[in-house]
Amino acid sequence: MDSKATAGRGRESWLLILPLVLILVPFFIVPIIGVIAASFVQSDGFGGIIPSFTLDNYRSVLTSALTYQLYWATFKFTVFAWFFSLMIGFWIAYFLVFHVRSPLLALGLFLLCTVPFWTSNIIRMISWIPLLGKEGLINSALVGTHIVDQPLDVLLFSSLAVVIAYVHQLTIFMIVPIFNSMARIDKRTIEAARDAGASRFDIVRLVVLPLCKTGIALGSIFVVSIVMGDFFVVKVMSGGGSASVVGAFYEDIGVLQYPTAAASATILTVVVSMLVVAILRTVDIRKELTR
Amino acid sequence: MTDRAQTTPARRKRALAPSTGRRPWTFYLLATLFTLYVIGLYGPMVCIYILSFQDVRGGLVFPMRGTSLHWFIDLFTQVRTGDVKGAFSRSIRLAVVVTVVTVVISFMAGLAFRRRFAGDSVVFYLMIGSLVAPGLVLGIGVGLICNLLGVETSWYTTALGAQLSWTLPFGVLVMFAVMSRFNNAWEEAARDLGASAWQTIRLVIIPVLAPGLVAVALFGFTLSYDEFTRTLLTAGSLNTLPLEIWSMTLNVTSPSLYALGTVTTLISFLIIGVCLGTIARIQKRRAAGPAAH
Repeated sequence: MDSKATAGRGRESWLLILPLVLILVPFFIVPIIGVIAASFVQSDGFGGIIPSFTLDNYRSVLTSALTYQLYWATFKFTVFAWFFSLMIGFWIAYFLVFHVRSPLLALGLFLLCTVPFWTSNIIRMISWIPLLGKEGLINSALVGTHIVDQPLDVLLFSSLAVVIAYVHQLTIFMIVPIFNSMARIDKRTIEAARDAGASRFDIVRLVVLPLCKTGIALGSIFVVSIVMGDFFVVKVMSGGGSASVVGAFYEDIGVLQYPTAAASATILTVVVSMLVVAILRTVDIRKELTR
Repeated sequence: MTDRAQTTPARRKRALAPSTGRRPWTFYLLATLFTLYVIGLYGPMVCIYILSFQDVRGGLVFPMRGTSLHWFIDLFTQVRTGDVKGAFSRSIRLAVVVTVVTVVISFMAGLAFRRRFAGDSVVFYLMIGSLVAPGLVLGIGVGLICNLLGVETSWYTTALGAQLSWTLPFGVLVMFAVMSRFNNAWEEAARDLGASAWQTIRLVIIPVLAPGLVAVALFGFTLSYDEFTRTLLTAGSLNTLPLEIWSMTLNVTSPSLYALGTVTTLISFLIIGVCLGTIARIQKRRAAGPAAH
């Protein structure tokens, strides 16, 4: 009887999950397979493809010095965006959970941080132009107070602007999961650590940090995968000065080089998956999320 | 364990005194960080809202040149800024459909994931994969498949699916958070009292989870309304609003761009306000207790 009931429940669960699978298969699995398949065929040079197996696309992508430059540039942005969003996100979450005493106020301040997430990324990105531009507010202030004689060029359309835009957009992806992990920490654990003689720094390092590993891992997955897959922030904020992996194969699409673009896209997908798997190995996210 | 015990006495002099209610210095440090973060978060956005109200002489940077609604009128009447009105209506219709589908499917998936079932991990990692996959890669894939099948891409078919592959994982993750506060005993109690499966869902589960479902709807709407990378190659010939904004950032250098930013953010804020307001109202009614009935 038991096994029959389990089987019935299994069927019920599958009926409930089926719609999700029916969306993810055609719009996630099939496109990925399509891209991988297209990366192994030849281009006819006019936007069409010749259905014969070849490794030329990979050869041309992997032997091009440009590919490595692009990955290096993208990795650099990823590391900077990850580091700063983690530093800011961690301490903002810490402040909200452990320093704000009224739960209602903490919730309000948390929402204050999350509201921009629900607005347009592109608009938030271009909103830095009046601030960072050559005649922007920051330069006017710097020149006005005689800190610098000439307006600084490095503020906008530079790598700095790209990192600022990333941190502006992505810190929220750190705050939410880390806040969530921290909020679940039993306050008595902190009290116990304090009673046992831990300093404030020890409590953060030995109690809080290990207990919000999942939050940090989740946030890192978001930040890393978004920066690796981005091209519009780099394109607009660097003013064309920096390129990105995705930007490069988006341009291949523009000139109808589908197989080469597909090979680049496949390599990127493999790289991003490896990074995500590496992060996932540090924690059991499923267990933490559904508990 | 042992080395911790040994280090403890040495550290004791740095140990914290029991709380006397006074704020530690770290509070002020972190409060400053928080304030700066919020200013950095909203400051730039506020700048473009202000600059969008300049008059015809307006430029992309401060100082303000006059005040008028010129650029808002310009936005909806000029041909060179593209079909903004059409893009608005398409984006909103698409977001409504995405919201409804996301809420229904995420809710069902949330119910399913309460129990282990054969293949649950596969579905879970499928979802995580869909969430982290580079949007443009999926876009290329959808384009290629459509090419192969001879199907035209359009905003209400392929872009709809592409957006769902992004909003659904978010919806289900929110459902996980919501479900973790759901007590299965309530469902069992309903069943013991003779409720059918459908009655249990309609009269117990949905009312209990209502605030969470509103949150899922908020994610569904706003993520679709602002979605860019997955829509770029799947929307076909007609633009959604973010695609329109994107093409404007590349070739419009007037405050029209800021005016569009102000309008689209107003709509986002409206949606956020309605959703959060609804959640707050539900919670308040609950806090009032059964006496209110």
